[in-house]
Amino acid sequence: MTTTTAAHDDHGHHGPAKGIMRWILTTNHKDIGTMYLWFSFIMLLTGGVMALIIRAELFQPGMQLIEPEFFNQMTTMHGLIMVFGAIMPAFVGLANWMVPMMVGAPDMALPRMNNLSFWILPFAFGMLLLTLFSEAGAPNFGWTFYAPLSTTYAPSSVTYFIFGVHLMGISSIMGAINIVATILNMRAPGMTYMKMPLFVWTWFITAYLLIAVMPVLAGVVTMMLMDIHFGTSFFNAAGGGDPVLFQHLFWFFGHPEVYIMILPAFGIVSHIIPTFSRKPLFGYSSMVYATASIAFLSFIVWAHHMFTVGLPLVTELFFMYATMVIAIPTGVKVFNWVSTMFQGSLTFETPMLFAIAFVILFTIGGFSGLMLAIAPADFQYHDTYFVVAHFHYVLVPGALFAIIAGVYFWLPKWCGNYYDEFLGKLHFWLSFIGVNITFFPMHFIGLAGMPRRIPDYALQFADFNAVASVGAFIFGFSQLLFLYIVIKTIRSGKQATPEVWEGADGLEWTLPSPAPYHSFSEPPQVK
Amino acid sequence: MSSKPNVAKSAIKHLFVALAMFGFGFALVPLYDVFCEITGLNGKVTGTVEKVDYTVDTSRTVTVQLLASKNAEMPWRFMALQEQIDLHPGEWKQIGFWASNTTASDMVSQAVPSITPARAAEYVQKTECFCFQQQPLAAGESKQMNMVFTISPELPEDIQTVSMVYTLFDSTEFADPETVAKLN
Ligand code: HEM
Ligand SMILES: [Cu+2]
Repeated sequence: MTTTTAAHDDHGHHGPAKGIMRWILTTNHKDIGTMYLWFSFIMLLTGGVMALIIRAELFQPGMQLIEPEFFNQMTTMHGLIMVFGAIMPAFVGLANWMVPMMVGAPDMALPRMNNLSFWILPFAFGMLLLTLFSEAGAPNFGWTFYAPLSTTYAPSSVTYFIFGVHLMGISSIMGAINIVATILNMRAPGMTYMKMPLFVWTWFITAYLLIAVMPVLAGVVTMMLMDIHFGTSFFNAAGGGDPVLFQHLFWFFGHPEVYIMILPAFGIVSHIIPTFSRKPLFGYSSMVYATASIAFLSFIVWAHHMFTVGLPLVTELFFMYATMVIAIPTGVKVFNWVSTMFQGSLTFETPMLFAIAFVILFTIGGFSGLMLAIAPADFQYHDTYFVVAHFHYVLVPGALFAIIAGVYFWLPKWCGNYYDEFLGKLHFWLSFIGVNITFFPMHFIGLAGMPRRIPDYALQFADFNAVASVGAFIFGFSQLLFLYIVIKTIRSGKQATPEVWEGADGLEWTLPSPAPYHSFSEPPQVK
Repeated sequence: MSSKPNVAKSAIKHLFVALAMFGFGFALVPLYDVFCEITGLNGKVTGTVEKVDYTVDTSRTVTVQLLASKNAEMPWRFMALQEQIDLHPGEWKQIGFWASNTTASDMVSQAVPSITPARAAEYVQKTECFCFQQQPLAAGESKQMNMVFTISPELPEDIQTVSMVYTLFDSTEFADPETVAKLN
């Protein structure tokens, strides 16, 4: 898509400072990106341990390992940590690393704010995790924290949860503003909007979603805080409020939030597939328009999470059809990825394997989403394991696989070494098999009626639950292999070329590998 | 292409958007109520209306089922005096519920109505309802609480039964001063 003048050579004379202060005070987009990625990986393992506790309890019917109260804390914390601590910061980390390099900028537009938005996160999650050790226990009302469970009936740790959410919200909003400001102001001469790489485009749109809905989330938790401590009754019917209002407000944030977690993934995959197909991306502009229409539609479908609260018929119909319409731009994207591969000279390095798995498995998640979108059918599926299967298909082999694919794809650029291809492929196959063994059976137990978020179940669900638990342990432990591969690559490995991949295209590949501490001090020319 | 003043300008502009969205979240609270009230969605028709003299549609009869329900935290006894009544659309009727504060302390309650099918809500008109105000009861006191209503003759033909549920909440904590004054 773009060609450039050669990048500026090495900038060793003002490289990074030494020691721990480098990381605390840094305003460098690469340092901050690295910290985001490590933070997110730590959260992935933390949330992963919780998931394995859940799956261990569900391995057999009956109560074996943990108390039901603790089970509820685990499902709640697992969801919160994965969504806000693992997936979202990972994408912000990738944006920090890649957006300036892709648009030909020296750094992010607001480097100091960048430092702050990262360093808020350890405090937010530290606070959330510490509630586990409090007497009241951690939040136990589900990651969707429906009122009045999260207000009238909440453990006292809910206040820490609320402040945690406020902090994460502030961090994401600052991160989003930074990305928007970078993209608007720091593009290299000649890089018009319709020449921007797709990862930049998808993040641009994601940043607007964040700016629009994170404040609404902050508002919702503020209302909870006021209901709990200041005697208001936003969500309390006794004082004239309405608990259904909570769900409307939450999902007004919540549905755009699920797209916040998938649009950057679309961007990553749209870089990897063309590279390993050795063809330009099929339908660049339709990709941009599809992303924008998905973002727009995501604001008018929220009540598909609320089909069973007693909505009137017209409302059910509206949200049902609006939800189904999203399948059209999503279908355009899948079509374009497949067409890009069609008649390409494909090779299957690790990033490509993860990207192809993404396309297939994300699509399965899209189809189960369409089934859930059918309002009358959702009365059967709602709050069963079918929903769990749906969103894990779009989030694990969806968002998470795209993040892993991106890490393998860009790692040689970041640290100057190729990763071990054999180990990468091993990691892929273990993850691919693990993920499907875990989540595929959940479709069936869900359709058969097993409710979600319950620590015990009827005997007839026993076999598939045992299978899912085995898969979860395979998947969980294979991520330790990922950790090993990344550390090994940072320390040694075959020296990477500037281009890294044959057929790679874009400004980031014109920089040497590893990318110098300051990317483009002289703006490159985009033709 | 990068220049500091432009960066600051974009940052501030987007910060304002974020602040506006924070406000919008709160604005949704009254908007939600207004929306429910105008459309009658959520079975929420709570406002009092002027009494209109409809021509009573004697050609059909609608069964109105009355249900009393209590929030889990509410210790009172609460029941409908009639389980159901029949009425011609346009005809005004008064019905009664009976509440009794069986506890040893003075309390204030608030009833929250809900109408099923929700489609019928916009045709239900009330000139008087105990659910319009908080209802205080002294310890051990009981009382009848009334509601005067009709269902307008425009009610779609296919609706033959309308259920009206009143859920009673303990709103002692949220009592307004006039209601508390009535207790003494
Ligand atoms: C074709 C696209 C999609 C459709 C039609 C769709 C539809 C739905 C529907 C109807 C539900 C509600 C099910 C219920 O609770 O009964 C749901 C739940 C959910 N979806 Fe999707 N979805 C789609 C894509 C996605 C994507 C891309 C993500 C995230 C990356 C996602 C994440 C979720 C989550 C997290 C939930 C569950 C929330 C909860 O109750 O905890 N969905 N989806
Ligand atoms: Cu949704």
